[in-house]
Amino acid sequence: MTGKTDVALNSVMAPLTLKMESLQLSMKNFRLKTKQQELLLRIGVLCLVYVLAFITRLFSVLRYESMIHEFDPYFNYRTTLYLTEKGFYDFWNWFDYESWYPLGRIIGGTLYPGLMVTAALIYWTLRLLSFAVHIREVCVLTAPFFASNTTIVAYFFGKELWDSGAGLVAAALIAICPGYISRSVAGSYDNEGVAIFALLMTFYLFVKAVNTGSLAWSVASAFGYFYMVSAWGGYIFIINLIPIYVLVLLVTGRYSLRLYIAYNCMYILGMLLAMQIRFVGFQHVQSGEHMAAMGVFFLMQVFYFVDWVKHQLDDPKLFQAFLKITVTGAVGAGGLALGLGMASGYISPWTGRFYSLLDPTYAKDHIPIIASVSEHQPTAWSSFMFDFHILLIFFPAGLYFCFRRLTDATIFIVLYGLTSLYFAGVMVRLILVATPAVCLISAIAVSASVKNLAVLVRSKPKAASSVVSKGSSSLKASAKISVDQSLPFQRRGAGILILGILYLLTSYVTHCTWVTSEAYSSPSIVLAARGAHGDRVIFDDYREAYFWLRQNTPPDAKVMSWWDYGYQITAMGNRTVIVDNNTWNNTHIATVGRAMSSYEHEAYEIMQSLDVDYVLVVFGGVTGYSSDDINKFLWMVRIGGGVFPVIKESDYLVNGEYRVDKGAAPKMLNCLMYKLCYHRFGELSTEYGRPPGWDRARGVEIGNKNVKLEFLEEAFTTSNWIVRIYKVKPPVNRW
Amino acid sequence: MDLERLGTAGDGAIRSRRGREREQENGKYLIALVGMSVLLLSTYQTCVAAAADWRSELVILRVDRKIDLTSHIVRVVMSLKVENTGSTRASDVIVAFPPGQVDNLAYLRASAAEGRGKNKVTVPLTANPFQSEDVPSGAALFSIALLKPLNKGETVTIEVLSVFTHSLMPLPEEITQAQSQLVIYRDSAYVLSPYPVKLQSTTVKTPSPRIESYTKVDPTKVVDAEIKYGPYENLPAFSFSSFIVHFENNQPFAVVKELVREIEISHWGNVQITEHYHLVHGGARLKAGFSRIEYQARPNIRGASSFKSLVARLPPRAHSVYYRDEIGNISTSHLKSDTRKTELEIEPRYPMFGGWQATFTIGYGLPLQDFLFQAADGRRYLNLTFASPFNDVVIDKLIVKVALPEGSKDPHVSIPISSVDQQQETKYSYLDTVGRTVVVLSKKNVIPEHNVFFQVYYNFSTFSMLAEPLMLVTGFFFFFLACILYSHFDFSISKSSVSYLAKLQREEVQDAIQRLQSVMNLRLAVSEKLEASLRDLARTGDVQACKAARKAADATLKDTAKELKSIHEFLQSSTQASHILPKVEELIHKEKEKQEKLLLKHSIVVDSVDKKLPSKEIDSRIASHEQKLVLLKQEVDELLQAVDDI
Repeated sequence: MTGKTDVALNSVMAPLTLKMESLQLSMKNFRLKTKQQELLLRIGVLCLVYVLAFITRLFSVLRYESMIHEFDPYFNYRTTLYLTEKGFYDFWNWFDYESWYPLGRIIGGTLYPGLMVTAALIYWTLRLLSFAVHIREVCVLTAPFFASNTTIVAYFFGKELWDSGAGLVAAALIAICPGYISRSVAGSYDNEGVAIFALLMTFYLFVKAVNTGSLAWSVASAFGYFYMVSAWGGYIFIINLIPIYVLVLLVTGRYSLRLYIAYNCMYILGMLLAMQIRFVGFQHVQSGEHMAAMGVFFLMQVFYFVDWVKHQLDDPKLFQAFLKITVTGAVGAGGLALGLGMASGYISPWTGRFYSLLDPTYAKDHIPIIASVSEHQPTAWSSFMFDFHILLIFFPAGLYFCFRRLTDATIFIVLYGLTSLYFAGVMVRLILVATPAVCLISAIAVSASVKNLAVLVRSKPKAASSVVSKGSSSLKASAKISVDQSLPFQRRGAGILILGILYLLTSYVTHCTWVTSEAYSSPSIVLAARGAHGDRVIFDDYREAYFWLRQNTPPDAKVMSWWDYGYQITAMGNRTVIVDNNTWNNTHIATVGRAMSSYEHEAYEIMQSLDVDYVLVVFGGVTGYSSDDINKFLWMVRIGGGVFPVIKESDYLVNGEYRVDKGAAPKMLNCLMYKLCYHRFGELSTEYGRPPGWDRARGVEIGNKNVKLEFLEEAFTTSNWIVRIYKVKPPVNRW
Repeated sequence: MDLERLGTAGDGAIRSRRGREREQENGKYLIALVGMSVLLLSTYQTCVAAAADWRSELVILRVDRKIDLTSHIVRVVMSLKVENTGSTRASDVIVAFPPGQVDNLAYLRASAAEGRGKNKVTVPLTANPFQSEDVPSGAALFSIALLKPLNKGETVTIEVLSVFTHSLMPLPEEITQAQSQLVIYRDSAYVLSPYPVKLQSTTVKTPSPRIESYTKVDPTKVVDAEIKYGPYENLPAFSFSSFIVHFENNQPFAVVKELVREIEISHWGNVQITEHYHLVHGGARLKAGFSRIEYQARPNIRGASSFKSLVARLPPRAHSVYYRDEIGNISTSHLKSDTRKTELEIEPRYPMFGGWQATFTIGYGLPLQDFLFQAADGRRYLNLTFASPFNDVVIDKLIVKVALPEGSKDPHVSIPISSVDQQQETKYSYLDTVGRTVVVLSKKNVIPEHNVFFQVYYNFSTFSMLAEPLMLVTGFFFFFLACILYSHFDFSISKSSVSYLAKLQREEVQDAIQRLQSVMNLRLAVSEKLEASLRDLARTGDVQACKAARKAADATLKDTAKELKSIHEFLQSSTQASHILPKVEELIHKEKEKQEKLLLKHSIVVDSVDKKLPSKEIDSRIASHEQKLVLLKQEVDELLQAVDDI
């Protein structure tokens, strides 16, 4: 086309003038058009947000080192290492003898492999590109990398929901939101790190599919769902939220062919793909948690059928009658099928974890092992404020904007926001799931209000010029002018409001940075404290103990400890453990809890039956480290007592009070855990001006200073006494 | 000990080649290489030739032997005064070691004293294993080549330093934390010698005066931390009298089971050294657990046999030092550096007790210019120390890997230590395509005396340095090229689908708008010219030029009007353009109006000038047009902007 014009022009113009013209044109082209400027700005902002999301998560690497954090990530790291060393098939068929002795664990069938496979793929790609990185570095940086990717998805999601401005704000908000950072700092190599990306991706693709009715987007969302299933157990949230969303659309009369295509394709394909994950397998069609999706799937078919019949029948009366019959028939058949399935055991009932999500008090009464984990506690208000800060204020405003402009997409985000916020209230760790929704809805609020205000701020000069030039040109202009007159301080007010929003956003940034650097960047393996002179003191006791185990115990030694430390002992200590953080066998954990809360000679029998060689306890009495085994001890008693009724919680309490000093219960003073923690502690002076045996974590003088061990001996104690390891003596000869 | 196999047929090719080289410049080397350890100079043939008459009539007049047991490495210094009583000239002196000892012999150095008093200098001598049938109970022999053959009646004084590892046996083998470590040492009270010895004495030095027991071989005397055996007179050849000393030795028994040193040369300015240690406390094993409270209260008593830290002397200007193990950084280390050295004190994660192990890695970078040089023949060579920088450790197996930069050729190693195995392998590091050549040197039983400089020569062209940056540049180039190509290709599957057609139409509309803009720009330029001609007219009064400009403008406007019409028609027909059509139409309309007004103004001015009206008159005539023109101009600009934004 342009070629033609050129020819036409050439024939007319003298070549010289043409040259001059084109020169002028090119000069003009140099100045970017508004559209291009906007695009450049948008891409620039997105790139900056991408980088920001990555580097704000590197505090932990700078403060400490490039290392894996916490507990579960150590298991993930160990399996990733195995995957990269032995290959995928060995990984898939891995039977792990080093945990859950003597039961072992089928690793390939009991994990979500998405994270490990992702990290391994990144690692292999980098190796292929001849970057000689270590797998540890890849694992450490996987979570920040995916957090960066999440910001991009958030941008597109925001764009799909509202406009590109909202997308940009959403990307910026989610990049530094503490609720997300808490699970995705460098080193926190956990499923959640990639899962939030997968979750948001799936939702985005599904909303896109609903909006366009395109099969391609729907298939893409099914694959997003597959990735999510492979990465995290939280996929249950997707497979329940989407049916609820579809149901809401159906109820509000928003059924369309687009929705039909999007949901059916996503459900069927997603289900088939999800069943390829061994850990999920047939649960996807058999367990109670997945039934809602299946029910809605059948409901969609009924809807389609009814729609088709309506199309065929002209008589509304006849159709009404038909509708009645079909609906009762469908509901009846569905209910019957569900009842039969439940009764025959083909459909498994909801699991305890699922119940505990719906009912916050359920776990406390029925599953102490879930209730014992701090991140499963109901959320305090302060932690909402801590993790969301001003987003808590923007969130309702965003809901208001969403309701103002109800579309299929905004209904989705409203549903996502409300349900996930409920779950976040039930469990602390689920704040993570709510974070993207809160960020997106707040972004809508911020973007929409800033846009409205900016229009007001900019409207005045335009209106003035139009008055001069056009006089009484159009009705619209005059209407604007009349509005102007009704609110005299409108411009100034809008300007102040914009400044106010900017102030809020700035304080959000300050808050997020502070939270990230102070609260969420500690690896929890290495503890840091301030010394007397303000210098940084590092307690590296965990690694000291694990490395000692690794180097100076027989390679087949079995270590008994509370399950919290299981993953770390296998990953860093390279020794077999009795129980670990994969709490799949409650009885086994209860046995360990029972051993810890029994008298030494009883515990010895249990340990003998489990082939235990070493016992590891964590003790904070010297350093004042409060999350030690003595403070966790009541949970051991409860979990042990839940299976073995000989252990009674009341035996360890005095008048309902838990104490370790002289007034403690006699069973408490002589149980194995007490003895192991306080062995020879009575001789040690921990604080100036206090008697020896002063427990700094609990601020009391211990009650039993003369701990004598009969069946165990101290094998190793770390330099700050945080980890103590005891060797189980072999049985005494009978003759 | 691997000295015994030296010079035999089983040796690696490289070693025998070096042997030949050495042979040629034997004499030169002897003087030049001061401080060199065991040299393998004389070849096997000379040994065999000497074998027949090796026990020629040499007599040892006097032997002083000092056995130093103060660390876990046993150092024995013997000073021999030898006389030739026979008739033939003797060129070698043989020294002997008992069969048990030779397995632990890590190092042997012989030297001769020349001159007297102040002028006394020690000259190193060569020593190599020597084999003979004629030896009782498998004692191992070494022949020391003298500087000049010994004639009848002449004497020579030789000093022999031999170093043994793993020669102190803990007894008891297991001790508790509170006990101190007792070890035993066995040797012969008489110096084992193939020659008769006239007079000899032996001093055994222990680290502390606490000596549990010792064998008495009269005369024997104990003074403080020294046991003195002898003097013994007139003993025949191969006299042997075993003694055992049982004494306290709490020195750190730091044994490195295996040390892998990786040296990586980067011609961009860095020599990176990474050392992987597998450290073991080689003394008496700890029994009955470790009590922290006792160790904490009195570490020197309740942990006497343990050691807490090791000190490494790194080269000066070492930088980026790290100390870690497979589970992360170890935060207990201290680094002191000055201009002459860098001192790194490391502590393993826990105090090392008997039998305890630790693995760790230390790494540091060195400035390239301090260690890499260019030889006279254009080759480059690395000059670096061979063994571990730690003091007083025994390394059971040392592997040194020198990774040369990618593209280096013909590596050649020169090392003044015997029995070093050499191999080559390939390593892939960042951005490597063909891999780096790695020279692997390995040696068993290494002690601090082996920490000498060695050289790796190789050919390297400077252009190879640029290979990796160029690769990156090419990679990015192709990436962007691919992006450009992608944006220019049409990847849609169905060319008849609705969305594809719509897309095509959209593109056409965009195209039309672009054409519209260029035409508009042309027209704007025309009006600019007209305005300019009017200004010129006012200045010069040249009516003709003004008329010519008008003519040209008319022609252009006519043509562009046609073009505009076609664009307009196209946009009207296109469904995709419906939302922009009103704006475009308004633009075309206003612009036309503006041009007309301008032309009108132009003709009025030209007419008036022709009629020679006063300028005031002209101004008043065009005033109304002028005002409208300004307004129109503004509107057209706004519309153009609006169309631009679509």
